[in-house]
Amino acid sequence: MNLALRDIRHHQSRFIQTCLGLGLLLGVVMSMGGIYRGLFTDATAILNSTAADLWVVQQDTTGPFAATSRIPEDIKFRIRAVPGVEQASALSFQNIQSERNGTPFRFFLVGYELGGLGGPPAIVAGRPIGQKHYEIVVDRAMKIALGEQLRLAGDDYTVVGHTAKMVSSAGDPVAYVTLADAQKIQFKDDNNAIRNSREKLADQLARLPILSRSQADQLTPQVAEIVGSTHIANTVVARLAPGADLALAQERINRWNHFRPLTAKDQEHILTEGMIKKAKMQLGLFRAILLVISGVIISLIIYTMTLDKLRVIATLKLIGTRNRVIVGLILQQSLLMGMIAYAIGLTLIELTHDKFPRRVDLVAIDLQLLFGIVVLICIGASLVGIRKAMRVEPAEALGG
Amino acid sequence: MYAVQIEGLTKIYGSGDTKVVALADATFDVTPGELVAILGPSGSGKTTLLTTIGLVTEPTRGKVVLDGELIADNGWPPSLDLKRVRREKLGFIFQSHNLIPFLTAVENVMIALENNGMGTKEARARSITILESLGLGHRMDQYPALLSGGESQRTAIARALANRPKVILADEPTAALDTENGRHVMALLKKLAVENNSAILVVTHDQRMVEGFDRIFTFSDGRIVDEKRN
Repeated sequence: MNLALRDIRHHQSRFIQTCLGLGLLLGVVMSMGGIYRGLFTDATAILNSTAADLWVVQQDTTGPFAATSRIPEDIKFRIRAVPGVEQASALSFQNIQSERNGTPFRFFLVGYELGGLGGPPAIVAGRPIGQKHYEIVVDRAMKIALGEQLRLAGDDYTVVGHTAKMVSSAGDPVAYVTLADAQKIQFKDDNNAIRNSREKLADQLARLPILSRSQADQLTPQVAEIVGSTHIANTVVARLAPGADLALAQERINRWNHFRPLTAKDQEHILTEGMIKKAKMQLGLFRAILLVISGVIISLIIYTMTLDKLRVIATLKLIGTRNRVIVGLILQQSLLMGMIAYAIGLTLIELTHDKFPRRVDLVAIDLQLLFGIVVLICIGASLVGIRKAMRVEPAEALGG
Repeated sequence: MYAVQIEGLTKIYGSGDTKVVALADATFDVTPGELVAILGPSGSGKTTLLTTIGLVTEPTRGKVVLDGELIADNGWPPSLDLKRVRREKLGFIFQSHNLIPFLTAVENVMIALENNGMGTKEARARSITILESLGLGHRMDQYPALLSGGESQRTAIARALANRPKVILADEPTAALDTENGRHVMALLKKLAVENNSAILVVTHDQRMVEGFDRIFTFSDGRIVDEKRN
């Protein structure tokens, strides 16, 4: 006869309510773990989907995610010529915030070369971008239907496809356009700015003593074209051929002036140790505090349950019940409570994690580890009750 | 062989000025099947006697032999397994029944049997038989909170008897019962003492109940001041 189960059966509703409360707490611990993992997954989503071996950025920067980086797009041709490089493509990244239906609307725009690296990893609805201009692929989280139009920098873009769970390191959904469109959105000035800039340029050229007025007039549009070029990228990513030496390719590019080749591992380090480190630490600490709180609550519950049973324990001792039966009564109840609460928490979080505004990654190893911790907490908590129970004298059963 | 033999049993609490002699030099024997009453006012040492025989209170001096086994000789022998002796040789009945509240009547009896290593099925069958013999067959699946005082006490008696112990120690078993139920319980104890060949020592204040006892010891200030045989 299992005394723990008999006691639970007798106090069913109290036990279930306790488990439910504890389950909610453990659900929060699980969600914290999931958000913690989600931060990492989000931070590296674009990095991983690009699957590049090298990220060439502006010298002395940690771009393109952690810092601003601007490099000429045509450096990609030079990178393609580096021994071992199989493919190289320019990419542009920018955060865009606008208003849609009266609410702030924020996303991360990636510009990529059609057929190159860094485009949408998988289209879950619609199709990939098929023409050079005015088509956009958005993440489902942006809630823009296929065929809808999105106005960016004065042009309308038609949504042709959807991706899923593609977010930036800040958690904003990602949208994709061609590199040419992205460059135009990011770098091209509006008409007034262009007019002002040209007038200023013409004025400066006219003041040069080595140029006549007509030479200055002829040079102005060409110089304006050069300085107003939008053939700029934030990074050029490269994928190496199988078996190629990454260190060698990196070293070769590193010798060039003005560029910094970062490996995918470097980028991951920048993203996870720099950009999200504090957020991760915050979440980790919060999770640890919640676990300690859970431990204290379980200990208090088990201790109170033991106090409620002191006379029963004294009677059991008096009628010769072995200590292991009494220990089993307390320990099994504690473990059952922990396991049921864990199951409630897990069910809750499994049902709701998709509804969270940011990614909640429920990783099996984290959940298994938490289960182990809960079991240890329950064992630890029951030790307090067991210690109390072992000190109960059988004589206490004889009192009136 | 005696069920209980005590010789010079003494229990002293405290020392020096605070010394209290709760039990002084008690000596008597009880044979199997004998129903013995321990009478006396509060503080006379009767409960101390019971707890000392029941291996709950360690005696200061004297000897106790239970069913041929020496369980106290100027204190408990170091190698004595108190729980084993309580499990195998003793049954307890309390004034307040002390049934386990989260076990049904039948489970309250079963636990005593399972404590002695009996399997669940066999323990259940035997518990049902005992409860039926005490007229509780129809109440065996009830929790103690739903049993009347008399039913609870009979369940407690069933638990005490389940292992057929050589000695049953009862502390005021009729105190919480009305006269009719009290008489019924005493008659039951008398019957079971004979049937099971168990010695039953009953501590009581209740003079109404003494007529059914084989022997009556009266205690005062820790000493036996009177012994009567019926």
